[in-house]
Amino acid sequence: MSTSTSLSDAATPKDFAMTERDRELILATQAGLPLVSDPWAELGKQLGMDANEVLARFQAMQQAGVIRRVAAVPDHYRLGYRYNGMTVWDVADDRIAELGAAIGELPFVSHCYRRPRHLPYWSFNLFAMVHGTTREEVEDKAARIRAVLGADCQQHTILYSSAILKKTGLRLRK
Amino acid sequence: MSATTESRRLAPVADLSPIEKVLINRLQHGLPLVRHPFAAVADELNLKEQQILDTVKKLLSEGVLTRFGPMFHAGEMGGALTLAAMRIPEADFERVTEQVNSFDEVAHNYRREHDLNMWFVLATETQSAIASTIRAIEDTTGYPVYNMPKEQEFHVHLHFTV
Repeated sequence: MSTSTSLSDAATPKDFAMTERDRELILATQAGLPLVSDPWAELGKQLGMDANEVLARFQAMQQAGVIRRVAAVPDHYRLGYRYNGMTVWDVADDRIAELGAAIGELPFVSHCYRRPRHLPYWSFNLFAMVHGTTREEVEDKAARIRAVLGADCQQHTILYSSAILKKTGLRLRK
Repeated sequence: MSATTESRRLAPVADLSPIEKVLINRLQHGLPLVRHPFAAVADELNLKEQQILDTVKKLLSEGVLTRFGPMFHAGEMGGALTLAAMRIPEADFERVTEQVNSFDEVAHNYRREHDLNMWFVLATETQSAIASTIRAIEDTTGYPVYNMPKEQEFHVHLHFTV
């Protein structure tokens, strides 16, 4: 697995407002893009829009960050990435902005967020997702995160997923 | 925002051809937004456009790809998202899974090996709907929900190399 800079890191133009047309395009494609040579023309035919206008709206939505990208979403289990480890860390509050950014830059971390603690029961405030084809691979990656956090991390653990109970992705309601 | 119901257990590792691997690696990065995007990718990879379309359809039908299309950034669409966790005794796990999954607002739900053993993403049209959905899940299941919304995003980009 590798990672690269996400479109979501780009600043979203504050003046971008989704139009009713954009909403129609999202509804028409949230289950998937038409798998034909010119998908924009196909969508245009369905919605009564010019193909170039459809394409221009997708370009605008991607530019604005409403769409991260138009891409393939694999089932990572089917690709052999059977170990999905949510590593969670108890990091000093006054250091988390800096350390979270450092962890997010590690090439094998796919998602990295600060989240609230629920004391005394849940003391972890930094979440970094890592994947591996073996449990050892996930543990090795967690050890590398541990090395970056150093003394600013009090404790950590890894929560492995053992079943996908539901996976539908985000949908707009029709 | 909502989600449709689908529940899956672990499926076997796919046996992929060299072309399937190349396409899975390339297409996770996103299509160029041009009139004939698959032809553009075909040129880039020295493949035929139709071969790409056929391969993507095959991978979707086999479940190797769960989706091919726009990946939306929920926060930018005006909706709200959160991660939530529950601690469910084994004897009750199946019942609670069905109850939690029946909420349209639950987009993903994973079982994890921890005392907090159920982790799901809620997606709603408004911020206030997050709190009301959590209350509804607590009322329906009889168990507390720990809400863990993101306070800061450091990085998001998932790519699996095969």
